[in-house]
Amino acid sequence: MSDAPDPVVERNSSETVASFEHHSRGLLDRVQHFLHRFPTMVPVIVLVLSLIAFGLISPNFFSAFNLSLIMQQVAVVGTLAAAQSLVILTAGIDLSVGAVMVMISVVMGRLSLDLGIPVPIAIVLGMGCGLLTGALNGMLVTRLKLPPFITTLGTWNIFLALNYYLSGRETIRSQTLDAEAPLLKFFGERFNLGGAVLTYGVVLMLIVFIVLWYALNKTAWGRRVYAVGDDPEAAALAGIQTKRVLLSVYMAAGFICALAAWSSIGRVGSVSPTSFFEANLESITAVVIGGISLFGGRGSIMGPLIGALIVGVFNSGLRLAGVDVLWQLFATGWLIIVAVAVDQWIRKISS
Amino acid sequence: MTEPLLTARNIVKRYGRVTAIDHADFDLYPGEILAVIGDNGAGKSSLIKAVSGAVQPDEGEIRLNGKPVSFDSPLAARKAGIETVYQTLALSPALSISDNMFMGREIRRPGIMGKWFGMLDKPAMDKFARDKLSELGLMTIQNISQPVETLSGGQRQGVAVARAAAFGSRVIILDEPTAALGVKESRRVLDLILDVKSRGIPIVLISHNMPHVFEVADRIHIHRLGKRLCVINPKEHTMSDAVAYMTGAKLPDGVAA
Repeated sequence: MSDAPDPVVERNSSETVASFEHHSRGLLDRVQHFLHRFPTMVPVIVLVLSLIAFGLISPNFFSAFNLSLIMQQVAVVGTLAAAQSLVILTAGIDLSVGAVMVMISVVMGRLSLDLGIPVPIAIVLGMGCGLLTGALNGMLVTRLKLPPFITTLGTWNIFLALNYYLSGRETIRSQTLDAEAPLLKFFGERFNLGGAVLTYGVVLMLIVFIVLWYALNKTAWGRRVYAVGDDPEAAALAGIQTKRVLLSVYMAAGFICALAAWSSIGRVGSVSPTSFFEANLESITAVVIGGISLFGGRGSIMGPLIGALIVGVFNSGLRLAGVDVLWQLFATGWLIIVAVAVDQWIRKISS
Repeated sequence: MTEPLLTARNIVKRYGRVTAIDHADFDLYPGEILAVIGDNGAGKSSLIKAVSGAVQPDEGEIRLNGKPVSFDSPLAARKAGIETVYQTLALSPALSISDNMFMGREIRRPGIMGKWFGMLDKPAMDKFARDKLSELGLMTIQNISQPVETLSGGQRQGVAVARAAAFGSRVIILDEPTAALGVKESRRVLDLILDVKSRGIPIVLISHNMPHVFEVADRIHIHRLGKRLCVINPKEHTMSDAVAYMTGAKLPDGVAA
């Protein structure tokens, strides 16, 4: 056995091979590497293109009013998508986010109206409820080692049932909230910003994304979330307590769902146990279109914000253009498929 | 003779009816490269896992610097200064070189940002990572914030070894570091191992590659049927001797059948 072959032969052979590969790749390869470094560029490009396209089709589209209306429409699902992103970054999925949100909006409403608890305290309890639901999901995933998909499919049903039980399937009407608990509708309040009409719900969504961006990119916790999602075994061997990280992720997601619950009361104007039934899937849609990999560990938290905006832009643009609603779904469907296909392609770099 | 730095005596580990480690001994002396070889299933990985905290032995005693220790996790062993480079490397492919080097022991910013907001000191981490990689002659890697998955196999191995060398104050364990590498990259990793040794840190090298083992090892621990069969000096034995001992085709002097 020879371990040190003729160095000249070695060098020559490897260099010719390397240069050959370099020529055969070229532009497509560079695009792949670019997207690998900046996976959020895909949704950014889609958003810009769709803005331009809809702007050309309908002149009203680019008004400050319409654009801010889109922001208002995506505020709740966008906030929920932030929670969903955290879980998906760990290679999990949380099917219960929508049910948690609606249930907590009911909890906050019932606590303040039926039990007469001061509204701020009811809100704090609602936030605590969010942490608890997250802790339940997290414990089931980390302690019982159940797959997140099944865990949250189960808890989705459970929270939905609790939601109907707690609400008695009754809506708390807008007038009742205005009279007794106006604070619950805080995130629905509007303010003017240079012709654009925004709600505090929009501001909340943006704050949630900025805080998460900071936590994921600038703190040790964030790096660990990515490491656990990327390769949990490697992370454990590198000394990360993966279960603790996972639990913290589910609890943070639960907390954000509670924030979304508060925001949703403002958006709907009432506390309705049957609202936002599709929020689960909409939040996953935003995350996937936003370029976060369902296999975990990849993607920027700002992607889902853009993903939610893309869906909002499509809905608004197609509606202004007078197109049937079904084509919104059609377009969203293709966006999801393209987004996942691009993700798979980007991932090939590592092999 | 100097005292061994890390010793294990009468280690037993059973998995149900299977005895992976059967009253095995182990000695590592300061400043040496000890190779651990053995046939597949001889239990060398289990033994190494026991001293690196990944597995808790059922019986026996491990001593570090003469003091009994028991590691309940790899983290505990790491805190005691024992770093392991696993065959899988335990790197997160999508994260940067610098993120990987500091995984689990990140540096926070001084002051309020670090203390209250947990902000990482990226410049300090990048500088440290760059310094460690250049020390080991690995600065062909241009960009410290490059994701690990864009590196070649040898470079990844280099990052994992550099991480162990940077934090392993007492012992570095390398599990099959050249198994997945080509000739040229193996060469670099072997040089890296010798380089780490020259800093006075003892190394445990688990390998199947006899030429590599005979090239760098000071002593060779031959593991067979769950226990230490013998320790040989590579200068006094041939590779075929070692293979014969490993497989049981031949018995070393002074070992009873």
